[in-house]
Amino acid sequence: MTGQTVKFYQIGSRAVGNRLLPAEWRTEQSNPDRRNALNSGHRACQGCGEALAARYVLDAAVRATKGRLVAVNATGCLEVFSTPYPESSWQVPWLHSLFANAASVATGVAAALKMTGRDEIRVLAQGGDGGTVDIGLACLSGMFERNDDVLYVCYDNEAYMNTGVQRSGATPPAARTATTEAVGARPGNPFGTGKDMARIAMAHEIPYVATATVAELHDLEAKVERAMSLRGARYLHVLVPCPLGWGSAPADTIRLARLAQRCGLFPLLEAEHGEVTAVLPIRDPVPVEEYLKPQKRYAHLFGDHPRADVLSALQALADRNIARYRLLAEEP
Amino acid sequence: MNKPFAITLDVRTSLANHTGAWRSERPVYVDGLPPCNHACPAGEQVQAWLYAAEEGSYKTAWRRLVNDNPFPAIMGRVCYHPCEAACNRGELDSAVGINSVERFLGDEAIRQGWQLPAAAAPSGKRVLIVGAGPSGLSAAYQLRLRGHEVEIHEAGHQAGGMMRFGIPTFRLPRAVLDSEIDRLLALGITLKLDTRVTDLGETMRAGRFDAVFLAIGAQLSHRAYIPAGQAARILDALEVLGAAAGGERPQLGRTVVVYGGGNTAMDAARTAKRLGAQEAIVVYRRTQAQMPANEIELREALEEGVHMRWLRTITQVGDGTMTLEKMRLDDNGKPQPTGEYEELTGDSVVLALGQDVDRSMLDTLASIQVVDGVVQVDKTMMTGCPGVFAGGDMVPSARSVTVGIGHGRTAAVHIDRWLRGQPSQPMPADSRVPVAFGSLNPWYYSDAPHAVRPRLEAGRRVADFSEVVGSLDADTALYEARRCMSCGNCFACDNCFGVCPDNAVSKIDSGHGYAIDYDYCKGCGLCAAECPCGAILLEAEHT
Repeated sequence: MTGQTVKFYQIGSRAVGNRLLPAEWRTEQSNPDRRNALNSGHRACQGCGEALAARYVLDAAVRATKGRLVAVNATGCLEVFSTPYPESSWQVPWLHSLFANAASVATGVAAALKMTGRDEIRVLAQGGDGGTVDIGLACLSGMFERNDDVLYVCYDNEAYMNTGVQRSGATPPAARTATTEAVGARPGNPFGTGKDMARIAMAHEIPYVATATVAELHDLEAKVERAMSLRGARYLHVLVPCPLGWGSAPADTIRLARLAQRCGLFPLLEAEHGEVTAVLPIRDPVPVEEYLKPQKRYAHLFGDHPRADVLSALQALADRNIARYRLLAEEP
Repeated sequence: MNKPFAITLDVRTSLANHTGAWRSERPVYVDGLPPCNHACPAGEQVQAWLYAAEEGSYKTAWRRLVNDNPFPAIMGRVCYHPCEAACNRGELDSAVGINSVERFLGDEAIRQGWQLPAAAAPSGKRVLIVGAGPSGLSAAYQLRLRGHEVEIHEAGHQAGGMMRFGIPTFRLPRAVLDSEIDRLLALGITLKLDTRVTDLGETMRAGRFDAVFLAIGAQLSHRAYIPAGQAARILDALEVLGAAAGGERPQLGRTVVVYGGGNTAMDAARTAKRLGAQEAIVVYRRTQAQMPANEIELREALEEGVHMRWLRTITQVGDGTMTLEKMRLDDNGKPQPTGEYEELTGDSVVLALGQDVDRSMLDTLASIQVVDGVVQVDKTMMTGCPGVFAGGDMVPSARSVTVGIGHGRTAAVHIDRWLRGQPSQPMPADSRVPVAFGSLNPWYYSDAPHAVRPRLEAGRRVADFSEVVGSLDADTALYEARRCMSCGNCFACDNCFGVCPDNAVSKIDSGHGYAIDYDYCKGCGLCAAECPCGAILLEAEHT
């Protein structure tokens, strides 16, 4: 990983800050003067992972660019809950156009800045998983192919939450959504569908691709920092639990993101020019059940008629990630 | 109005939207009761002094520690540290080495010459302390801090009580003991040695004392009648320990049998080994599980080659040999004789069967009630006689240096109230439940195994009276202090400030260091869930 390893025994490098650590080893989120890119008063649900991740990412990007940053937003929860007309929660220059075209708008902003000689101002595009892996994928793929100087961030809550929890191309197998009900022999979202967006991005061999979660803040900030140190097309995919769509307790948002990584279903990695360069090893592995059980979208796998077959199929997906990225290697 | 195209309203900030109205539960910062504090018989605020030690502020840590206990260097050697047994870190890897950090702080204070806090302005009151053991010295210290004139009357030649005469030097070097006692007396406490109080009422009148704290301990060894031949050598454990501590080498022979199962028995057996005995055998009439000896003492004794004979009594002692009777436990767990006997070779028998309180002085005051050989006190540590308080081994409780120090402190608080004419009321018991491991979020604590204190190898230990357990150095002490999980008490990790999706937490310089803006807090509970130490609780919101 690009972040430094801090051997600190009471609170390791995982807490937001620590009074005993020098300021440069703490996260930007522990900085009382952080930008607060997404301010109070936004209308995200209680415990919204996406609201949290957006602030994490943008505050880190503001720090990395010394405040010279423009954000472009796709349609989605993030856009809706942050900007009900005429209010705005954004404390960075922010644009929204359409659902599908965030990557293209960002390309245009970057081109305009370059043409006007202000390319020290950096561009970040952001959207949910629907706007990224489904509706905006063509624009995004074009942005990757042209290697436009944009960091595109996908906040992945694994379905169309804003419109009532419909399945997206990022919905995991077996998850219940409004369009993949928990009925039939194979309840929930079918196995064998969906898109692994990080690997799609890697296939474009762009300068930088990384995955992150709201549970690993030091890791996430280090990845934003690394991304902003590079030019060209970059992609960051952040897992953001959604209490509404996942049927989980608002207080469990970070815990679930942590469990997703610890069980192997959501691997944390970095890749440059199509090659994986680093992974975050799993510190304390757990079976997938521990991650799935607190979520009502998987309730049909437990209870009176537990589906051991489905669980073992999901465990196999986690095991494949663990093997593919060697997630159980010792920490350095 | 001159508006851009399609804009009819001014852009406004979302701060106008008070999302706090959504809340059904509100997070609040709390100060939980750390289990170490709860378990400490001396009433130390362990988590609070570790908090300072974590920063490397050893002097601050030491000053917090000596608010409650003036003897950190002694404590760090002789305390059986129930705090560590209670430590929540034990559930994660192993308990924080609180005792070893305490010892480091105590030794550092001696090295650096740190001084105890100064006494308050004179109160004009005089307090007599009878007995210069841990309890008496602790009470003297606390009373002196509160501005009272304190005079200690000690029957022996030296101060320290059981710390000097009962605890072997290999557990507590006397240089450490002396420097902590001297530092305490330097606060302006009068110590009269070789001064036995025989008539308490008379002594109080003569010295114009306004109150008294009795801490004479329990030094009369239990005797057991054992038929013995003329040549049999039967000694008393306290005599042996006292003599050895004074540098004498009592003749015990090659094989020494110690009778009893308490800490004194362990110390006596370990001392016998150091005095040259080839074998030290502890005979105890019950089983290991029922031994009153602390497990640390037992373990160290076994490591040094002390042998144990469980479920045996000594029925007869001859010349170089003795007869043991085998016991069995009945259904109530009481040892019962079996009528089976065996012979045991042994040059001497050291009796360590417990101690009684010398009540000769107590009987001069009729209102002091003695039940089962110990003095009865109320919750304020006062005896039936107004103004006469008592503590330590002479009142009903567990007997240890730490308990004695706690009694001294508790009594001093009440003596102070009594002298100031404040109504007598027990110290408000901490009604808080100790913070449980389950209320922590242990993910955030890095794996950090316990730093082991260097120990003298068992084989080398018994060669002389060198101290068995070594000290931590500054690095390992810091490491060990930082293993503290700060149960129930914020230690400024910024998690709540960082994880709030609504920016409703801000950092401030007072109180708990953070403030929650309830105008925006939606009550999601993430701050409480991700607080590593359980210092945030959710309370139902009243509508």
